[in-house]
Amino acid sequence: MTTIIALIPAIPFLSFLILALFGHKLSRKIAGFIGAGSIGIIAVLTFILAISFFKSLPEVKSYSINVWEWINAGNLKVDISFSLDSLSLVFCFVITFVGFLIHLYSIEFMAKDEGFTRFFAYMNLFIGSMLVLVLADNILLMYLGWEGVGLCSYLLIGFWYKEPQNGYAARKAFIITRIGDTAMIIGIFILFLNFGTVNINELMQQASAKWVPGSSIAVLTAALLLGGALGKSAQLPLQTWLPDAMAGPSPVSALIHAATMVTAGVYLIARTHVLFSLAPVVQSAIAIIGALTLLIAGFSALAQHDLKRILAYSTISQIGYMFLALGVGAWSAAVFHFMIHAFFKALLFLGAGVVILVLDEEHDIFKMGGLRKKMPVVFYTFLIGSASLSALPLITAGFYSKDQILWYSFSSQTGSIILWLAGIIGALLTALYSFRMIFVTFYGEAKTQPSFLPGKLMTVPLIILAVLSLVGGFVELPSSIGNIHLFSNLVDNTLPVIVVNNGEGRELLFQALSAIIVLAGIYIAYLIYYKKPALSSPYSHSRINKFFEKGWGFDKLYDTLLVKPIVWLSVIDKDDFFDLWNIGLSRLVLLFNRMLSTTQNGKMRWYLLSFVIGITIILTYLLSK
Amino acid sequence: MILIYLIVILLAGAFLAWITGKRNSALPRIISLVALLSDLIIIIIYVLQSTPSDKDWLIDIKLEWIPQFGISLHLALDGLSLVMLILTFFLGIISVIISWKEIGSKVGFFHFNLLLILAGITGVFLSLDLFLFYFFWELMLVPMYFLIGIWGHENRTAASNKFFLYTQASGLLMFIAIITLYFIHGRSTGLYTFDYLQLLGTEMPSSTAFLIMLGFLAAFLVKLPVVPLHNWLPDAHTEAPTAGSLILAALLLKTGAYGLLRFIVPLFPSASVSFAPFGMLLGVIGILYGAKLAFAQTDLKRLVAYTSVSHMGFVILGVFSFNEIAYQGVVIQMIAHGISTGALFILVGQLYERIHTRDITKMGGLWEKAPVMGAIGLVFSMASLGLPGLGNFIAELLILIGAFKANILMSCLASLGLIAATIYSLRIVQKVFLGNKNTDWKMNDLTLREKAISASLVIAILWLGLFPQPVLNTAKPALLKTLLKQKEITFQNSAYNSGDPFLFLLPPSQPSPTGEGVVQNLFPLGGNKKGGKNHEDEIFSLSNIR
Repeated sequence: MTTIIALIPAIPFLSFLILALFGHKLSRKIAGFIGAGSIGIIAVLTFILAISFFKSLPEVKSYSINVWEWINAGNLKVDISFSLDSLSLVFCFVITFVGFLIHLYSIEFMAKDEGFTRFFAYMNLFIGSMLVLVLADNILLMYLGWEGVGLCSYLLIGFWYKEPQNGYAARKAFIITRIGDTAMIIGIFILFLNFGTVNINELMQQASAKWVPGSSIAVLTAALLLGGALGKSAQLPLQTWLPDAMAGPSPVSALIHAATMVTAGVYLIARTHVLFSLAPVVQSAIAIIGALTLLIAGFSALAQHDLKRILAYSTISQIGYMFLALGVGAWSAAVFHFMIHAFFKALLFLGAGVVILVLDEEHDIFKMGGLRKKMPVVFYTFLIGSASLSALPLITAGFYSKDQILWYSFSSQTGSIILWLAGIIGALLTALYSFRMIFVTFYGEAKTQPSFLPGKLMTVPLIILAVLSLVGGFVELPSSIGNIHLFSNLVDNTLPVIVVNNGEGRELLFQALSAIIVLAGIYIAYLIYYKKPALSSPYSHSRINKFFEKGWGFDKLYDTLLVKPIVWLSVIDKDDFFDLWNIGLSRLVLLFNRMLSTTQNGKMRWYLLSFVIGITIILTYLLSK
Repeated sequence: MILIYLIVILLAGAFLAWITGKRNSALPRIISLVALLSDLIIIIIYVLQSTPSDKDWLIDIKLEWIPQFGISLHLALDGLSLVMLILTFFLGIISVIISWKEIGSKVGFFHFNLLLILAGITGVFLSLDLFLFYFFWELMLVPMYFLIGIWGHENRTAASNKFFLYTQASGLLMFIAIITLYFIHGRSTGLYTFDYLQLLGTEMPSSTAFLIMLGFLAAFLVKLPVVPLHNWLPDAHTEAPTAGSLILAALLLKTGAYGLLRFIVPLFPSASVSFAPFGMLLGVIGILYGAKLAFAQTDLKRLVAYTSVSHMGFVILGVFSFNEIAYQGVVIQMIAHGISTGALFILVGQLYERIHTRDITKMGGLWEKAPVMGAIGLVFSMASLGLPGLGNFIAELLILIGAFKANILMSCLASLGLIAATIYSLRIVQKVFLGNKNTDWKMNDLTLREKAISASLVIAILWLGLFPQPVLNTAKPALLKTLLKQKEITFQNSAYNSGDPFLFLLPPSQPSPTGEGVVQNLFPLGGNKKGGKNHEDEIFSLSNIR
């Protein structure tokens, strides 16, 4: 069974190699078959693995396999070795299963694109790297996957490379995440040098045994790792790359920038949760960052006109919820929201992809409208996705996952009413912008006509994801309603159980409150974006709305603080001022050369004159003595 | 004896190539190829046959040369030189193949120079006699001067002069240092010899040792190069023909790094320790300043040249970290940089052959015309920014960890180089292969010959990134030997590099007797008082790791 763990990341790498090396010789049909088929195979393998894993629970809590020795230098020993526990199983499931659906969808979505095989090669490379990230049993191998997904994200954001702004967005994503990654690698150095190992489990055991909670070294290390997580997961202050990353094809946004890669930060924090428990300051910082991010991104989402940018800000905001959960120690709630979010957000991005494709690359929702009747499948699935995103009570999965976070943000040991308030305002915003999308895009009069209708390969994944966005929540129901804890029981094999401190027994009240808020949000959206659009126009033209639309001015800030000085520095010193030494020296030599050569002009009277002058000076000197 | 054969084969090949080149332009190429291939085969056969041993030197051969002055033909091979030799012959073969079409004039003389340089490099990696070492050191120089000056681009004369003056001047300083060392050793022991093994452990006042070391350092740091002694490099690299740039970047620079490991550290164990803070600082400056300049360039070849300055900063940072992990990293960096930067220079050469410009503002959108070339460019740009899975990552990782043990601040600053490298590497990919077509070039993709070269380099860099262990194992005994000599002295008289990565966080005196962590005071983020003691112990137990 353990060899399967190594096969799961190996197969996509293999199909990447086939597509990269022989892709130009393959027909699109075969290339698509290899690209999507390989992911299908690993989805099945993951399923088989999951069954055997469930059977062996609770005696065996993790499988592991060592493939080869990677680095052995000094006391640094790193293996290419994988391990699977319930946390990585959840991630694996999402990556392979949702990944497979997105690959299927892409066969049709990319069918006319000239870079068809290149697309599937990159996508497979991505899946392979992402699986390495979540399956790695040591932190350096995880870093390999971590950087690998960063590369694929770069390649796929800039997939349509002929447009310079796509390249710009791609580089922005790579560089900003690399800033976080550099902090992370320094954190890894500290961990290794203190404990002499890079194996994550051993590191965590040693850290909890040897580091004192709250000690500065634990805080420093946790903060550095958090840096990596903030970059990858587009959280404050490194969130600015994600909205621009929408330059990539929609399946890329669905797979990388919604379902999987951007949640790598959540995975990292959950995986190294021991460290964060040792650094309560950092953990509170995570909760605060999450709360701030979800609000900031929520306001920005409400101000966007570009359908994909709405979803991008929404993703930042939803990951903010996951960070909030991590910050209050609600580990399994964060992972649960990750899974449900992967379902509905992938669904929304794929739906948006269809809409944009059939409207000939129209991104502006205010130029769409009236698509409800023309594309019912897309409409209903999109509606389900939006409902799940806004956490429509009781019937959607998003309700159960988000509600858990809201409840714990208040009731956990480190929770507070302020965090809960941020979450609930965020929930209102979410409902607003989700249904703004629905009403503006799918209702009203049609401003652009769809040029064709999506085929089965695109609609079937939408339907499957829509079903999951509804029923996916039933694996984990709150104790007040239903009381089913399949998911948290699974994840709690790996992660600690949350300690509830306040508000015992008031869970139902809080749920009712948030349900009312969500319904109110949907009603307001209905009112101001459908019924009486005039109501929203003063706001949408206000200066504050512009500010939100521009992402709260972060881009401008970084541009002034970082980009411009660096560019300025490189412009003024393009020719390397150290070279002035050499230029000066050679000029000096030339000067001497010229001075001396003027004395050698071949004119007899000059030579005679200098003789006379010289003799006079010498004689004067001698005689005066 | 095979060490002598290795050099003789190259020298004989050089002269043969020159003689035959007058009549036939294909013969010199074939002769060079055969000479280099046979060297590579000899060394590989040796590797396969040899059994692991604990000896300091795998092969050690000493013949009399000028016994009156204590000069001998002393060549020896250990893991470090073995690895470097394999790299030399591998890239030597590649440099012959890439010149197949590019060099059309004076073919015989070109290959004469090429093989002579490679013979010089081989000699440098093998010499254990300082006089012989200096001989080979100079042997690399003159043919390289011709290579740049005759077959180079438009500003070749100025560039070759600059190269010659820099290396010659610094080489002379080293020669003075060698002679001084010779006399000091002779006076104190009565044995006048240039033999490296004899000169090890020569006793002298520390100020004298420091001065002599500076003489050696001058030559090595210019070659490496280190900011601010690097100005010859961008000019020489830019103006040289592709094979010249390849050999310069991939091999010649490495002789500087090799010199640091082989001579500076063992010959001047305590002087090198006192120089270490400056050495590490020079490394950091090189990494960041080189990257900054690379980002500013519009001439693609010059851009790649400046990335070398940046990458070589890691080498000097590692050398002056004095620990095994860093040294292993230095070795991998020498190889990985040789392959990846060499490959980038080859790519620039291939582009220049097709579109006759190196100006990146005139490129753009070339992926469409040449996807294979684009993919190769992408791989090596990624190598250059240190993407895990490729060789350069292993190198930079090990160096940074090693440096972290020695000096946290320097290591963290050097880590910023990873971000800087990302910025300039992505710029290469964007400006050359992606984006708008600035000019509609008519160009074809790589030919079969070019694909074969690039593929071999891609495989090499991937292999190094995923399976670096054979190289690490080969170089390990040589590095431990170097460190051992250094350590004996360091640990007696210096608190530097005690292996405690948190040294800089602590005040110079001993920690407070209460056992309350000083580190905690620096970061007053809610430390737990009752456990302070344990925490303190943890920090100080770090020195056990080494």
